[in-house]
Amino acid sequence: MIEVKDVWKSFRKTPVLRGVSFSISAGEAVVIIGRSGGGKSVLLKHLVALLQPDQGKIQIKGTNLCSLDERALLAVRRNFGMLFQGAALFDSLSVFENVGFVLLREKRHTPGEIRRLVAEALEMVELSGIEEKKPSELSGGMRKRVGLARAIIYRPDILLYDEPTTGLDPIAGARIDAVIRRIWQQLGITSIAVTHDMASARRISNRILMLHEGVIYADASTAEILGSPDPIVHNFVNGIASDRPLTTNPVSAV
Amino acid sequence: MSFASLRRQLDDGLETLGSVAQLLGEAVRSLKYQRPSWNEFVRQLYAVGVKSQSVVITTGAATGMVLCAQTYFQFHKVRLDTATGAVVSVGMASELGPVLAGLMLTARVGASLAAELGTMRVTEQIDALRTLATHPVDHLVVPRLLALTVAAPLLTGEAVLTGIFASYLVGVKLLGIEGAYYVAYVNRYTAASDIAIGLIKATLFGATIALICCYKGLTCPEGAEGVGRATTEAVVAASITILISNFFLTLLLTQLLG
Repeated sequence: MIEVKDVWKSFRKTPVLRGVSFSISAGEAVVIIGRSGGGKSVLLKHLVALLQPDQGKIQIKGTNLCSLDERALLAVRRNFGMLFQGAALFDSLSVFENVGFVLLREKRHTPGEIRRLVAEALEMVELSGIEEKKPSELSGGMRKRVGLARAIIYRPDILLYDEPTTGLDPIAGARIDAVIRRIWQQLGITSIAVTHDMASARRISNRILMLHEGVIYADASTAEILGSPDPIVHNFVNGIASDRPLTTNPVSAV
Repeated sequence: MSFASLRRQLDDGLETLGSVAQLLGEAVRSLKYQRPSWNEFVRQLYAVGVKSQSVVITTGAATGMVLCAQTYFQFHKVRLDTATGAVVSVGMASELGPVLAGLMLTARVGASLAAELGTMRVTEQIDALRTLATHPVDHLVVPRLLALTVAAPLLTGEAVLTGIFASYLVGVKLLGIEGAYYVAYVNRYTAASDIAIGLIKATLFGATIALICCYKGLTCPEGAEGVGRATTEAVVAASITILISNFFLTLLLTQLLG
């Protein structure tokens, strides 16, 4: 479903991605882990073509995103839902207008249907009855869940989560993880998250990719990554500070 | 200022101009792909037009009064008191009205527009729009561009009328110019072309403000400092563009309509 081939990206001559390649099948729950500032969010934004690679190819269902202009990409992006790090709710709109944004714009549903679908999406993220509130009236965790409701309302094929638990207390983090896991199980939507929160990664994935120094250093099931003897993976997973250099054969680390 | 820095500024200016032209092209393309949202257009027209009236009317009135007083003081020396009204009305209609309304709109509307879009960019709301299969130009730029293009000539008309009326009060009631002559000279020397030139300029200035300020907001650098810088650059760029283009528009439109 998603194919990333040899993607390179630099910002002001500083390389962030240095030949990233992997593929993800439909229905997987993948988490991309890695150090802060290591390019995880940059990689995620490439998947939905918010950023274009300097080199390499990204294919979604066989369509090469790098060959499309912004208008052509709009149709492809209809396959995606994305939860942003800060939720990225539209400040000037109510929760109802935020969650129903796509449906209100497309005008394919009656107002009654939109109201029902918004209520259902909010119920799925355990936030029923807050349609009339403004984003400024919500806590960080609630904002993220509203962002999630906005992403799932039109039933995309792929859901992307950028640091879903960052900035939340452990309880709110666990709660959003439970919602993410339930959405993946109930709706069967392919789920890709980036995070450096290993507790969250454990809860919401069945496969983990580790991005290290601009390449996919490890790619294995969640259990294998968590139990990996490789020093770089082990140190990261267990939060052990180390200055050891990159090993020579990254993807075979696990 | 060194030659290198001057050249860099010129390069930046030309690059901005090119990007703003591209944004205009994308806005025109947008009209082909999607009908603009009427509700959003009306909301923007209210925010841009209705809420700017007090500022524009005050500017128009103050300018009309001071222009009338200064013109009278000079014309009085050569006993041309009654021509004061003509100078004020032609000046207000074709030059001062559109330019001052444009500058006030830049300060009041352009700055807030750049800051709003800039904040949306740094808080990833623009990226969120794109992931929601919505082109930022369709949703953000087109309604604002249309609203400012419609509102600017209407507000300029208000500023000009208020300015002429205020100058009448100053000239006739305060400085003692004969009222009938004042009105007669205004009617005789203010041609339809002067009004048309002013309104065409205002329309173009409205579009210019919207495009430059939207562009600066959409390309805003990261962080609060970035939003501040984008807002300042938007106001400076739009103001300078209005002032410089006004000269060339005067020459061009006078040739065409005068």
